Amino acid sequence: MAEQAVQNREKFRIRISKRAEVGTKKAVLFRAISVAAAIIAGGLFILCIGYNPFSVYGTIIKGAFSTSMAFQATVKVMIPLLISSLGVTLAFKMKFWNIGAEGQIIAGAICASYFALFHADLPHFLLMIIMFAAGIIGGGLYGLIPAFFKAKFGTNETLFTLMLNYIALYVIVWLRDGAWADPESGGFPKIARFVSNAQLDKVGGIQVGWIIGLILTVIVFIYLKYTKHGYEISVVSESHATARYAGMNPKKIMLRTMFFSGAVCGIAGMVQATGSDMTLATSVAGGVGFTAIIVAWLAQLEPIAILIVSFLFSVLEKGSSVMQSTFGLSTYCADVLQGIILFFVLAGEFFIRYKFVVNGKERN
Amino acid sequence: MAENSEIKSSDYAIECKEITKTFGTVVANDHVDLSVKYGEILALLGENGSGKTTLMNMLSGIYHPDSGSINVLGKHAVINSPADSIALGIGMIHQHFKLVEAFSALDNIIAGTPGKLKKRSALREDISAISEKLGLNVDLNKKIYNMSVSEKQTVEILKVLYRGAKILILDEPTAVLTPQETEKLFDMLRIMRSEGCAIIIITHKLNEVMAISDRVTILRKGQSVETVLTAETNEKKLTELMVGKPVSLSIERPEPIDPKPLLNVYHLSVDKPDGTVALEDVTFDIYSGEILGVAGVAGSGQKELCETIAGLNGIRSGAVLYNKENIIGKTAKEIIELGISMSFVPEDRLGMGLASSMGMTGNMMLKSYSKSKGPFIDKKPARELAERLIKELDIKTPSTEIPVRMLSGGNVQKVLLGREIESAPSLLITAYPVRGLDINSSYTIYGLLNEQKKKGVAVLFIGEDLDVLLELSDKIMVLCHGRVTGIVDAKTVTKEQLGLMMTGSTAEEVLGNG
Repeated sequence: MAEQAVQNREKFRIRISKRAEVGTKKAVLFRAISVAAAIIAGGLFILCIGYNPFSVYGTIIKGAFSTSMAFQATVKVMIPLLISSLGVTLAFKMKFWNIGAEGQIIAGAICASYFALFHADLPHFLLMIIMFAAGIIGGGLYGLIPAFFKAKFGTNETLFTLMLNYIALYVIVWLRDGAWADPESGGFPKIARFVSNAQLDKVGGIQVGWIIGLILTVIVFIYLKYTKHGYEISVVSESHATARYAGMNPKKIMLRTMFFSGAVCGIAGMVQATGSDMTLATSVAGGVGFTAIIVAWLAQLEPIAILIVSFLFSVLEKGSSVMQSTFGLSTYCADVLQGIILFFVLAGEFFIRYKFVVNGKERN
Repeated sequence: MAENSEIKSSDYAIECKEITKTFGTVVANDHVDLSVKYGEILALLGENGSGKTTLMNMLSGIYHPDSGSINVLGKHAVINSPADSIALGIGMIHQHFKLVEAFSALDNIIAGTPGKLKKRSALREDISAISEKLGLNVDLNKKIYNMSVSEKQTVEILKVLYRGAKILILDEPTAVLTPQETEKLFDMLRIMRSEGCAIIIITHKLNEVMAISDRVTILRKGQSVETVLTAETNEKKLTELMVGKPVSLSIERPEPIDPKPLLNVYHLSVDKPDGTVALEDVTFDIYSGEILGVAGVAGSGQKELCETIAGLNGIRSGAVLYNKENIIGKTAKEIIELGISMSFVPEDRLGMGLASSMGMTGNMMLKSYSKSKGPFIDKKPARELAERLIKELDIKTPSTEIPVRMLSGGNVQKVLLGREIESAPSLLITAYPVRGLDINSSYTIYGLLNEQKKKGVAVLFIGEDLDVLLELSDKIMVLCHGRVTGIVDAKTVTKEQLGLMMTGSTAEEVLGNG
């Protein structure tokens, strides 16, 4: 026995093994535990830097909800995040790794801004429709580029879409410093503020983008679940061979879906530029395209869940900015806190799928 | 770790007691006992999913048992990794070879051992000594990608012997071999037995069990049902132990009724995407109401033949006439609409015919979803069809929405074949429809194919078990390296003759010589 114990100690090792598919109840429990753990770990971090975690968390909640102004600001943060999360979801459902939401947002914003800057004299309603369409086409075509090259030459869409982000960003800079520079800015590099005719209307004190976001949530939900296109997307994501066997054209489906994915992101750009920024700024996407990837995955690519997750993200974002100013914390502290929370939530997802096994004995 | 030299031949090389292994809620091994002596060949017999491979993977250190003990040479052994397993003298030859294609035989044999530090000539001598003892003949400089399946297997065996294995485990070694190659392998195993090796051979082919083993351990549903001496049993008794109840082992072969040519393949040549030849000048006819079996070593062009008829491949030259209409150049969709149904099942069953993470409902729609009007899909008829198939074919699934990848192999095959038959095809192409199935399910599938045949459907049956091909088909076409080496009458040809044709002899040579 003693010999065996020694042998066992030598052989002590931890393995990761896949869990059997867990039930919904257990999955919800895991998620609740991970959120709780996230809040506790975040609290410890706050304690370490010398603040009271309860008052800091209270400030985050208050900062996001306390006044109608605060709530409106939270929703304003949420709008582009929600819409672009829906956009990337279309591509992700097909297992097309569209990391280029950032660029597609910008492309949509640029196309819409052209009409806001140079055709602002059109009737308001017509102008809005045209700008909306421009956002769709701009984002859609920008999404089509990587899909075309993947279909034609088998290029890697992850790198391709990522690089296109930077191209889009510098196109704004080029426009800002050249053709579209604001002549009245006194040399300060910026693009002119849109005239009020070219600004998105407000409903309930918030720009109309929130309604667009809700409608898109429903549309994407139905599109993925009940249409032929949605069915084709799920077959293509399984395997291109299966799709071809079923008489589908996977390349066509890939091009079409990436157009829609980019188009939805383009709408996010149009809404952000004309509804929130009232101009085309280099920060029009501002990292939203990347956060959208996290939101989409946390929501398991389910449109309704995306609505909830993007709202929670916005609360965290808006609340942290209030927290920063109230406690005089640096931006980085808020970022660290967000990072801790995200880390635990993602770890929770990991434990739903895997478990640790120590030398044959299972531990959760 | 263990001292091999002091072992008497009567001692057990491996003794497994009460081994239990679960995956999630599935119990793969349930208190399994197994033992093998030196100088003995033990056959491990069981249907697919009975836990054979799981048990062997625990001996080779890939899995770790939840409970139970493994004794090697009478001593308790903890096998945590393949390295531990090799140190104990256990060598596993997997069903899918684990060789580096770009390396030579020699490099593969010494990979991962300190052999790299020795001189090549010394290594060559060491390995030649082993292979001579066993009467093996291997060109050590030959690259793996230039080797035939049976040569690769020989390299695998040399690999484990070079590592000092005295206990050999072979996982379904004959699945990919022709009858002649199988016989050669068995000779090799018999020599190893006389050299004092302990050998465990996993199989579900009864005739092989009878031919090679000394004892048989039978697994059923994760439990070790019984261990019997081969000399004291027969195929019928073994089947009963394996299945759990008496089964009849004959396959019906109804006479074709009013056969008419339905599909004519003329001088068809197809290239693989990498430019090598997949099919060369293939010509044959399929008649309605007839089952045309296709025999051949894996990778002889079966896949490309199926895919070409289904419209998934471009061709180099030739024609495929369906009711005298050339279907080359038509899209897969147009061919489906003509009534050609392909339930093609590649090596991984879920690869092409089914979308694995969709439920049965989603899979029922795979080829018919575009027929409904408007932009929306209509799930209702698909769900009804799924429910009907569950009843008619006795498919075991908790619901129509459970992803099909979670069903067992037999049920997956039934889902696939059921859908294809439901589309009322006039030509049914089916490849390896019983791969991975237990005996009962296999016979259900044969029954389904015969039913289609009686309805006048032409069936192209790509098979791998020659016994089944001989019993079920009306005619058998043999492919070798993409060429047809013969189309023969299944009632008169023998297994050995098929084996010769599979390795390149033409029908005239084989049948002419007798």
